[in-house]
Amino acid sequence: MTNQDILVVLPEIVIALMACFILVLDLYLPATKKKKFGYGLSLVTLMVGAGLSIVYSEPAPVYGLNGLVLMDSLSAILKVGICISTGFVLVYSRGYADARGLWKGEFFALALFGVVGMMVMTASNHLLSLYVGLELLALCLYTMVALRIDSTAASEAAMKYFVLGALASGILLYGMSLLYGLTGTLYINELSASIVRHDGSTLPRTMALILVLVGLLFKIGAVPFHMWVPDVYEGSPTSSTVYLATAPKLAGFAIILRLLADGLGSLATEWQGMLLVVSIISLALGNIIAIAQSNIKRMLAYSAIAHVGFFLLGILTGEVSGYASAMAYILIYAVVTLGAFGVILALSSKGVEADLIEDYSGLNQSHPWAAFIMLLLMFSLAGIPPTIGFYAKLSVLQAVVNAGMTWVAVVAVVLSVIGAFYYLRIVKVMYFDDLATSHPGLQFRPKQDARILLTINGLAVVVLMPWIGKLTTLCEGAIEVLF
Amino acid sequence: MLANYLPVLLFLIVASGLGVVLLVAGKLLSPHRPNEQKLSPYECGFEAFEDNRMKFDVRYYLVAILFIIFDLEIAFLFPWAVALDDIGIFGFLAMMIFLLVLVAGFIYEWMKGALEWE
Repeated sequence: MTNQDILVVLPEIVIALMACFILVLDLYLPATKKKKFGYGLSLVTLMVGAGLSIVYSEPAPVYGLNGLVLMDSLSAILKVGICISTGFVLVYSRGYADARGLWKGEFFALALFGVVGMMVMTASNHLLSLYVGLELLALCLYTMVALRIDSTAASEAAMKYFVLGALASGILLYGMSLLYGLTGTLYINELSASIVRHDGSTLPRTMALILVLVGLLFKIGAVPFHMWVPDVYEGSPTSSTVYLATAPKLAGFAIILRLLADGLGSLATEWQGMLLVVSIISLALGNIIAIAQSNIKRMLAYSAIAHVGFFLLGILTGEVSGYASAMAYILIYAVVTLGAFGVILALSSKGVEADLIEDYSGLNQSHPWAAFIMLLLMFSLAGIPPTIGFYAKLSVLQAVVNAGMTWVAVVAVVLSVIGAFYYLRIVKVMYFDDLATSHPGLQFRPKQDARILLTINGLAVVVLMPWIGKLTTLCEGAIEVLF
Repeated sequence: MLANYLPVLLFLIVASGLGVVLLVAGKLLSPHRPNEQKLSPYECGFEAFEDNRMKFDVRYYLVAILFIIFDLEIAFLFPWAVALDDIGIFGFLAMMIFLLVLVAGFIYEWMKGALEWE
């Protein structure tokens, strides 16, 4: 054991210990100080975690803890993204969760432990550390979904999520055990060379690949393993939905890249075909079923399925530029989704969930600024030009075309155009429909910090456009060192 | 070659012999007063044969989970204590951090009243 071992996992250690500290502190502080201290400490912890991830990052992989974890630019970028987006989640959720009695020590501790799990996932070089990170995140998510104990919808969502999640974990573990049996190694960077050395029937390794792939696709919610996504998004309190809709997607990208592109890279021809089918049916099903939704959280769930399909297109090219475009896509998606849920959270008040699309009718008349931010975010999700969402789609499509799969790009564009309908419908409802009269109407009363951050988040979707090329360069640099 | 297995054979003979002797001695020497409670199968405080979809207290889980955590902690501590000379200060600190995390969980459970059996 050396200092290097500690430096590799220093951000994780700091965040895990702070999560324990916040949990215990919450028990001893008087009720008036609890929320303030827990909130402040969590934000500071996340900033420190992001800072440490940058300060100790190395461009080329540095292995630690006997090769269980590694540190490279990819993990550094994603760790920073995870910490920052979780910080946004805490800021946005405050008003909503406070009004519903969810704003307590457990919320902070679970969010931080989930961050530790995600960071371990992004940094794992070993099937077991990857699995431990995945389960740590999953247990935190199950609990956060069930946090609202008086809601039957939340309990039902948590139960579905837990049962299906446990099944997927089992499938993933079975796949991993087969990989271990075939290669004799659990280290991800050794898998690729070992698995082709195996001679004889290719059936066992195809079986292992399929099982691993099913587990991974379940975790990121791609069709046909998407059943849990809409129910969980809709049923859980919005403060938990915004968490599970953003940062875990970054970690999911990391494990897919590490396990498929790096660990099973020598089987690329086999998983490319599987991913092609999965991503096209994800795009089709997500975009088409989202049209029929009347609940905006459920709509965003189907939109998430479609976006997962889109970023898988970047992965399945099997080239560095494709991986980099997928990484940029998922980072941009996280930013935009944070904003969209941020608006929903800011419009929800005590007893008002703001989760039906009809609630938003005429929002421009009552709260023009909220409507404008939502408009920018919806344009970005749909991929309309002056927004970063357009750039994200463009770079993935470019990578797909460069890989010689023009017809796939055409299908993706057609399905995205279908998808643009339901994003634009929100804009239409907000700007061209009459003010809703059937219910009390939405109040846009976020806390001051959430208001500032939401404005920055909404405007960033357009303002960041000139510098967005830098993001791709950064992602390409991070991924090039892996191959 | 086979001679190597002589200790195993001796062990089997002694073990089964001792078992038979103890059972027979118990049967012959002990008082024999059976009643219904004594003869019924014992299963952790529950009726052994009934509908298995019954309600039982969730606190069983809490106590059981707490037990398993500290049970496993002991399983970790034994090899750690034996190897402490070799793993040095790093190993010592690693285990202290592990214990710290467990203690944080324990304090949380205690303060939240999960151990009150009322």
